[in-house]
Amino acid sequence: MITKRIIPCLDVKNGRVVKGVNFQGLSDVSSPIELGKYYSDNGADELVFYDITASAEGRGLFTDILREVASTIFIPLTVGGGINTLDDFDRVLKCGADKVSVNSGAIKNPNLIYEAAKRYGDQCVVLSVDAKRVDGKFTVFSKGGRENTGMDAIEWIKRGVDNGAGEIVLNSIDTDGVKGGFDLEMLDAVCKVVSVPVVASGGAGNIKHFIDLFNALPKVDAGLAASIFHFGEVKINQLKDELYKNGIPVRR
Amino acid sequence: MIAIVDYGVGNLFSLASSFKAIGVDAIATSDRDIIEKADKIVLPGVGAFGDAAEKLASSGLKEVVLSEVKKGKPLLGICLGMQLLFDKSYEYGEHEGLGLIKGEIRPIKEVIPSDYKIPHIGWNALKFNKTSKLFKYINEGDHVYFVHSFYGAECEQSVIATAEYGAFLTAAVEDKNVFGCQFHPEKSGSVGLNILRAFCEVEA
Repeated sequence: MITKRIIPCLDVKNGRVVKGVNFQGLSDVSSPIELGKYYSDNGADELVFYDITASAEGRGLFTDILREVASTIFIPLTVGGGINTLDDFDRVLKCGADKVSVNSGAIKNPNLIYEAAKRYGDQCVVLSVDAKRVDGKFTVFSKGGRENTGMDAIEWIKRGVDNGAGEIVLNSIDTDGVKGGFDLEMLDAVCKVVSVPVVASGGAGNIKHFIDLFNALPKVDAGLAASIFHFGEVKINQLKDELYKNGIPVRR
Repeated sequence: MIAIVDYGVGNLFSLASSFKAIGVDAIATSDRDIIEKADKIVLPGVGAFGDAAEKLASSGLKEVVLSEVKKGKPLLGICLGMQLLFDKSYEYGEHEGLGLIKGEIRPIKEVIPSDYKIPHIGWNALKFNKTSKLFKYINEGDHVYFVHSFYGAECEQSVIATAEYGAFLTAAVEDKNVFGCQFHPEKSGSVGLNILRAFCEVEA
């Protein structure tokens, strides 16, 4: 049986992990290499590295680091941030990424998903969507959730999967940062229309939120979070033990 | 030394790094001399079967691999590289494989329930069918990472492990000095590294 995946997400800017990190035993808490290894050794099923650098110089630094992470960690790596072209796919895949996550780049150029899936396979292309309720409708936001695109999120996701996206990461802006639990209503709406894996993001505050997620929505494949893992509020090994006790299949 | 056959299919970076992590000298190469000198051969692969089989043949490396295996050199096929070991595949047409493992590659949708997602992607537990040198350092029930839409069929005598995904899908095969993993040991954490370590210790 396929296990539910637990995925920590690391935001990297100019080669350093941003958002505070609070771990004992790490000599450099903002080193993507040390943190990646920490998570890999402590039960993470996959890592997401998100490049939030704006400069070309920072981007080069990011690929150098990615190569180093990929040579020390032997679990799947997903890379996102600043992916606008097939060359961007090529750049990060050559550095050891297994999957590439597109968001604003696909909104600007919807052909990007199709072209990338054709060249690298569906399993390589992740469509990441930031969505928020606007007048009662799930609406896609771009540019890190700052800009309302006016697009219906369910339609956009359906279209992405039709074009070859092999996985969906759904980040609910409504629940993100609130730590009140995942957006089960929005996730359910997406799970109903797609047949590819769905990764839940935004809103996890404690272990119970993950148990609730997988119990309420058996079609959700993974839970992604950042700060609750970084600050040690939720320890991945402990989270997986609790999921296991609740009858949810996990790799331990 | 391990030769990782580079025939222009897929990224060999993680695989090469994995061997480095377990302290084994490995080279990604398309040089027939190096493959002939190597103690063992790894055949990787991602993408479509027909395309990969064609590239392996046209590069001339197919015959090198076949002749080395015939001499008794251990070979490990990984993911599509495992599928290439079979007699043939029905992925988009019908394609001939290396014929080292008796059986054929068929779509998993033929055997799994219709509400299961395709590809079979993620961490799944290994069920052992036979004892194998490959499993020297791991246990039944250990999880490994899969990404595939096709599987090894009609190969009962070679199957050493399966993974349950609505059906028991071929996870690993062995026939004399030929080994294959459908999953990615280079992406399967310490379990995967231990499988590679065991392969490195197989006597020629």
